[in-house]
Amino acid sequence: MTNTNIPIAPVSGPIPDPIVAGLASGWRVTDCSRITADQTLDADVVIVGSGAGGGVTAEILTLAGLRVVIVEEGALKSSKDFKMREADAYPALYQESAARKTRDKAINILQGRTVGGSTTVNWTTSFRTPPSTLAYWKQHFGLKDYTPEALAPWFGMMEERLNIKEWAVAPNENNELLRRGATKLGVPTAVIHRNVKGCWNLGYCGMGCPTNAKQSMLITTIPSALTHGATLLTRLRAERLVFKGGRVEQLQCVALQADGLETNGRRVTLRAKHFVLSGGAINTPALLLRSGAPDPHGLLGKRTFLHPTVVSAGLFEQRIDGYAGAPQSIYSDHFLQTQAIDGAIGYKLEAPPLHPLLLATTMAGFGAQHAALMQQFPHIQALLALLRDGFHADAPGGSVSVNSAGAPVLDYPISPYLWDGVRRGLLSMAEIQFAAGAKSVMPVHEQAGVYTTWAAASQAINALPYKILATRIVSAHVMGGCGLSDDERLGVVASDGRYHGIANLSVHDGSLFPTSIGANPQLSIYGITARLASALAQQLTGKPAPKVLA
Amino acid sequence: MIKRRSFLKIGILGALTLAAGGAIYRGVRGPAPLNRYLLDGDARAVLHAVIPSMLGPALPADPAARAAAIAAATTRVQGAIAGLPLATQKEVQDLFSLLALAPARRWLAGVSGGWAEATPAQIDAFLQSWRTHRIGMLQTAYLAMHDLILGGWYADPSTWAAIGYPGPLKELS
Repeated sequence: MTNTNIPIAPVSGPIPDPIVAGLASGWRVTDCSRITADQTLDADVVIVGSGAGGGVTAEILTLAGLRVVIVEEGALKSSKDFKMREADAYPALYQESAARKTRDKAINILQGRTVGGSTTVNWTTSFRTPPSTLAYWKQHFGLKDYTPEALAPWFGMMEERLNIKEWAVAPNENNELLRRGATKLGVPTAVIHRNVKGCWNLGYCGMGCPTNAKQSMLITTIPSALTHGATLLTRLRAERLVFKGGRVEQLQCVALQADGLETNGRRVTLRAKHFVLSGGAINTPALLLRSGAPDPHGLLGKRTFLHPTVVSAGLFEQRIDGYAGAPQSIYSDHFLQTQAIDGAIGYKLEAPPLHPLLLATTMAGFGAQHAALMQQFPHIQALLALLRDGFHADAPGGSVSVNSAGAPVLDYPISPYLWDGVRRGLLSMAEIQFAAGAKSVMPVHEQAGVYTTWAAASQAINALPYKILATRIVSAHVMGGCGLSDDERLGVVASDGRYHGIANLSVHDGSLFPTSIGANPQLSIYGITARLASALAQQLTGKPAPKVLA
Repeated sequence: MIKRRSFLKIGILGALTLAAGGAIYRGVRGPAPLNRYLLDGDARAVLHAVIPSMLGPALPADPAARAAAIAAATTRVQGAIAGLPLATQKEVQDLFSLLALAPARRWLAGVSGGWAEATPAQIDAFLQSWRTHRIGMLQTAYLAMHDLILGGWYADPSTWAAIGYPGPLKELS
């Protein structure tokens, strides 16, 4: 028996595909690019988005016995589709073909657009929300229930659910050099926790896990919800919430074509007792803005954070093979801790995976200079400095608005305060790379050169003009825009996840965060939305919420 | 004659598009429905001139192999464009339409003759000038060409051996 309009193709190759098996077993999944008539559906709860927040919420609400419909703009892809090729993976699995940008095009943003959202394509790095971040939320946003102690059981539950553990395998050389260089300088590092089970250590997490080792929403909470009766609608864009009498009456959606670039002309209307928005920190505020959601204090879409990230490349004698092995296994929080959280901006140091397309587009320059660098591809090591935005008056984040076509637009101005962090981040990374034995270091900046000594590099980095478009800035962590606070003057969503002024509307995703996290955000989203969803399940059913198990 | 004048007008407006963000250009032309952008002959002429400078020695030297590689690189640019949102495809179309106009080519890109006649040094100078231009829109135009050409090139398995990348595990790819 099948309840899907997706043709079920036999899977070849050595890896069983849990999605194909689930579809064959009767999951209710509709690929809306294939529908030929408008539809209206009723549910107890409609969840917009199937990433970290939507996936966790879908499982908990479904296990509580509620009829759940999940709306996903992306397509349902699975291990049979994940062939570790950038040219296919970016258009198929990412927002805007992995080329989503701020309005001024100064910051490139990696965000997922597929079932599982960014969890399908992230690099598996998992941190609990840092206690210093939670203390700041308590002090500045009155979030007194968001303490490390109160959240610990929820982080613990999701760590168990998603097999989040310290990575026990030796780091790849790309990460090992972060540890080696930092250690030589007396900068402490630590091992990253990852949400994987039976990981092959291949290094292609960013293109979808081909072995189903990554415990993304795609293979954990979403299958669990579908097995227990939830409905998944893919290639469906949530266009507008219709409000009536302080409630959401319905959600109007448009179906997309198979490639997700245009609508196919069909509309789907969803009615429910409750609506949960989990589209991520760009699309959730945009949906609310398009819908004219109440925003008496002008906070909606404001304070959008990115962890603006700068890149330093080092050239080494030995092979690094940065494409191979767990992409991220070593980090340093040293430069988050050398000053007060609301002092000069701090930054987290990590290493990125290196694949040809991403590296070729990230590295500055053209012609002979660029070709010479690519010739050294296996010998390139790279580091990232992720700036912790949102904790200082000069790092208030960006703002999401919608253009005349209804599409989200993100403005993110970069203040001198942030540029100072960019410069210090580039200095720290270059110093670590030289300490690790780099022959040369290239800060990724259009006007930077190739430096063969720390003295030359530091002098140059201090003198570079820090301007947008000249300095390469990227982001894979979009947060904020629907900030949490029980005080309506400080946030649009109450501490229980419910939108102020609308009785049956919740937000469960990274847009809740009143500052950036100061760490890769997936586990923060899992833990916090697990608590919100459990409370919501209890309110909607009158019974204690089920505890999710792996 | 009327046709030529309207072309010139679009050329000047096109320059304003890059300088002012497209609002004036689209305001005059009216809202156009968004379409999938297919590179036309003019855009291909621009790319055939720009690709050798962007890729540099990554292209083979042998004339026949070089011509084939430039054609392949153009096809990959088309492939990269095809995955972008339609609004972004429109921006790419605006860029190539602008570069195809003689006044823009001459005054904004600094290439005096046609694209087919441009020397490698002229193209290098054009790219370097836009890369560091004080007008942000010209910088973003350079970066768009950078990403489309270089990203498309190195995404293709045929280019991996030359950079020492073995590619993903064959059994699973």
